[in-house]
Order: sequence, then structure tokens, then C-alpha cells
Amino acid sequence: MARVVLILTLAAAVVCGFLGSLVVGPAALTWKTSLFAVLGGDNEAARIIIQEIRLPRALLGVMIGATLGLSGAALQGYLRNPLADPGVLGISSTAALGAVLAIFTGASAAWSFALPSAAILGAGVAVVLLRVLAGKNAGTLTLILAGVAISSLAGALTTLTLNLSSNPFAALEIVFWMLGSLTDRSMLHVWLAAPFMIVGWICLFASARTLDAMTLGADVAQTLGTDLRRAQALIVGGTAVAVGAATAIAGAIGFVGLVVPHLLRPLVGAQPSHLLPASALGGAVLVLAADIAVRVIEPSRDIKLGVLTALVGAPFFLWLVLKTRREAL
Amino acid sequence: MTALAVDGLTVRFGRKLIVDNLDFKTNSGKVVGVLGPNGAGKSTLLKAILKLVPSSGSVKLHNRSIHNYTAPELARAIAYLPQDRDIAWPMTVAAVVALGRLPYQGLMSSLTDEDNAAVEGAMAALGVADLKTRRISELSGGERARVLMARALAQNAPVLIADEPTAGLDPAHQISLLSLFRNLAGQGLLIVLTLHELHFAAQWCDHLILLQQGRLVANGQPSKVLTADRIRSVYNCNVRIIEDADGPIIVPISETNIRSNNSG
Repeated sequence: MARVVLILTLAAAVVCGFLGSLVVGPAALTWKTSLFAVLGGDNEAARIIIQEIRLPRALLGVMIGATLGLSGAALQGYLRNPLADPGVLGISSTAALGAVLAIFTGASAAWSFALPSAAILGAGVAVVLLRVLAGKNAGTLTLILAGVAISSLAGALTTLTLNLSSNPFAALEIVFWMLGSLTDRSMLHVWLAAPFMIVGWICLFASARTLDAMTLGADVAQTLGTDLRRAQALIVGGTAVAVGAATAIAGAIGFVGLVVPHLLRPLVGAQPSHLLPASALGGAVLVLAADIAVRVIEPSRDIKLGVLTALVGAPFFLWLVLKTRREAL
Repeated sequence: MTALAVDGLTVRFGRKLIVDNLDFKTNSGKVVGVLGPNGAGKSTLLKAILKLVPSSGSVKLHNRSIHNYTAPELARAIAYLPQDRDIAWPMTVAAVVALGRLPYQGLMSSLTDEDNAAVEGAMAALGVADLKTRRISELSGGERARVLMARALAQNAPVLIADEPTAGLDPAHQISLLSLFRNLAGQGLLIVLTLHELHFAAQWCDHLILLQQGRLVANGQPSKVLTADRIRSVYNCNVRIIEDADGPIIVPISETNIRSNNSG
């Protein structure tokens, strides 16, 4: 019962955030005009602003937030570790590397699906590398170190690519894109990312029972009849596809997948399967709120969404590391 | 009826032989103790029976090879209580015990009345019903061990495999756990457990399997398996055997006078 209330509350918050995202922006439109313009309306300028600028931004906020929250919760459950997150583990940075390579080789100009595909491939490589580097029953430290190594390597390769770029303006554009933002995205981006994300979400939700069983360790999970290989494929594949698509569209938005599951875990009785839907909604709320915040704090300058989430998320991560260490002692 | 038949079971980790060509069988309704010094291959034997490690030879559960069971079928046939009592998330006691019902559930379905009855029954049998709304992280080591045992019991499998279930429990809870095993065996379950307490093995088990370096040293009734000479050669330890109404009490003793250094 408490869980239903929580889910409904979070869903209501997503709706509020979504409407808020439509209403807030540099063009001075009243909230009435904004909301009417979604459905068409007779104010042509408002209709264009809302339908072509703010609506895709709000939709991507929901989709990307849900992806990050959901994949964070699934990774934490699967790796049995509260510090797991697509950003911390280097999955976002390898996805970004894939995307950058697609842009620089010209593949993304030739075929629009090349960008998300390359990002997804990059994310997949990171998850596989993590498993290989950190082993099956990795401790927190090994896992984080493996994530740091993967992140640094991907970062270095991305920098190298930018370094070798002959066009400084293109390089600058890529740098800004990598900071993570939902500004100036169109409905095309929504349609490009949606199929990948939906497939990713389905994979991650399908692993819910296995995540519960994993609470007692891999051996017991297996004796409870769960197929760990299938679960691994679902979680690795689902995370790579969804986070890859999110990164391809919005760049790296860190720490959402870390913060959201952690805050919501006590409210769902810590059960991994119950955390999945709550984290997806919570992630959407957080990204929508952060994206509204960057518009409200400095409307004249384009503060990047990824910068804001990192400013809030990194100290939170440090606190979490300290807390985990204290509990382990 | 033969519940468990192990034939030529061999497990290798790399080149190292961990379990070496084991044969034994046992009927339902028994408490079977697997004994042996540290590193004898006891846990690995249990894991091989559970299909958790690759093995050669055959393991038959109710006359059917474990390799012919689907994963959910095997989960309903055999429950496992590992030595490791790690629980990743601070779930409630009731939620942890309910994990034992996963083999009976679909992807979306929630707990049925039957599931709830099994969970309640298991918690009552282990005396943890009062703790059901508590977080697992708030419990003592012994309470946690009993909750995990209740989880395995909730699985309602005819065979229960337990790796050192008495370790870390106080004497009263050790005895109540062993009595529970005897009760379950009385209801027709097969319990296979590893243990280090030779006196428990002698008094509470129907059948013992003694391992040394992966090989079967002795197999049979406790009084036949646990002789002073055999214990000395396998465990490298002297024991005193005191006859008691429920079976011998076997106590490890020192070869030298324990307090000789302090005396005088």
C-alpha cells in the first residue's frame, strides 16, 4: 500500500515537472498560453516555441531521467553495490566516446542512427569490460577502480579524437555536447532515442526477479531457479542500449543513477524489484527539475545540465563512499 | 526410495582435484552429515550436487539426473543454505524469507495465499515470526542465520542442503536447529549438512560421509564412521569418546597437558 502511494506521488511529480518544463523558458509566455500551445492553439509563435523547443526538451527530460534512474537501480542490484551508476562505472563516458567517434568519422552525418548505435556499442563495451576487470563477486573498491580506469581511458581517447580534429569549431561543439544538456533538441531526437530506450527499459524490468534473488548472492539466486546468464544479458544489454541512447542525445549526465536509487531505497523496503519503477520515476523527476533549474538560475547563459547534476551529485557520492566505509568497519 | 545418488562425482578447479570420484546414496527422511577437515571438499561437494560448479560423474535426485531438471524444477526440488550469510540490502525479515518463494512465481505475479502460508510457517519454525517487520541489518548474527534458514525452508523443497548451518549459533539455537532438521526428516525431507562439531554429527545424523582431500574415507552410520583411530588419522586430532544415551559425545582433546606452562 505504501508502495502504491509512493509510485503515485512520484508519477504526480513527473507530471508536474513535465508541465513545469513546458512553462519555463526565456520566451515570456504565460502558463496558459504555453499549455494551450501544446494542443495547437491559435498563437503561432507560442505553438512553435512550445511544440518544437520545449516539448522535445521536456519529453527527453522524462526519457533520459527514467533511463538513468532505472539503469542505476538495476546496476546496483545486479552488482550488489550501492555505488554503481552508469556515470561512476564509466558507461556514460564510453558511450560518449562512441558518439564522438561516430561524429568525427562522418558516420553520423551519413546515417542518423549511427550516433545512437555507436554510443550503445561504447556503453556495451564498458559493461563487458567492467565484468572482466572486476570479476564476478567484486567488492566496492575493485568495481569503482575498474570504473575509474574505464572512464579515464574513454576520456583520454575522446580527448585524442578531439586533439586530432582538424576543425576547432566542431571540436568545441563536441566539448559542449559532452557536458550534457537538453537544450536545442528536436522531436527528431525524441524519435531517434525512444525505440532504443523502450527496448532497454523492457530488458531491465524483465530482470526484476533475478535482482531480488541476487540479494542473497549469485549462488542462492541460481538455486532459486533464476538464469543468471539471461539476467546478465538483459542487464548489460538493457543498460547499454538505454544509456547509450541517452548519452547520444544529451551527452553525459552524471550521478542521477547514483542519487535516485539511493534516496528511494528506504522507501521501498530496499527490495530491488520494487526499486526499479520508483527509480525510473524518480530519475525523471530529478532530470526535469535540474533542467528547469538551469533555465531559472541563469536564463541568459546556457548552464549545462550535466554540470549541475555533477555539482550536486559528486559531493553526494563522496558522502556515500564515507558512509559505506563506516558501515564496513 | 533413493532421494540422492552420487556416482563417480569429480570436481576439478583447474588441475586441482577438489572432489575425487565420490559415490554414495541416501534415502529420503534422513539427516546426512558431511564431515572432514577444512579444505576436504565438503562445500564443493554440496555445490556440485546443486549444479553450482561444473562436475563430471552423475548426481541423481529422485532417480533423475540433475542435468535433466530445468532451473525452476531444480529450485523446487532442492533448497540451499550457504555458509556465507551476506544479504546485500536491508530488506525486512518477511521480504527475505519470501525470496524462498521465487521458484513458484512468474515474472509479475505476487505472493499467493500458499506462498504466504509457507513464509509464515517457515518463520514460525525458526522462531523469527516476531522479527518479521524488522530490517535484516538490525539483527544479530544468530537471528540473521535463522532468517536465512527460514528462507531456505520457505522454498518447500524435499531436499535441503545446508553448509555449516550450526556455525555461529549459540548452543540453544544449535540444538533447536538440529531438532528442526530431525523433525523435517521425520516429515520425509532429506537434509544434507556439513558440520565440524563431531558430537552433533554423532548424535543428530542418521548417516555420515567423511571426506579427506576430496576422497571418501568412510560412509555409513555415525558409530561406524566416527572411531577414535579414524578421527585421529583424518583430522590429525585426538578425541575422547564418552558413551551417552543419544550416542557418543566426541570431544577433541590436547595431547599435552593444557595448562602445563602455567602450572606450579
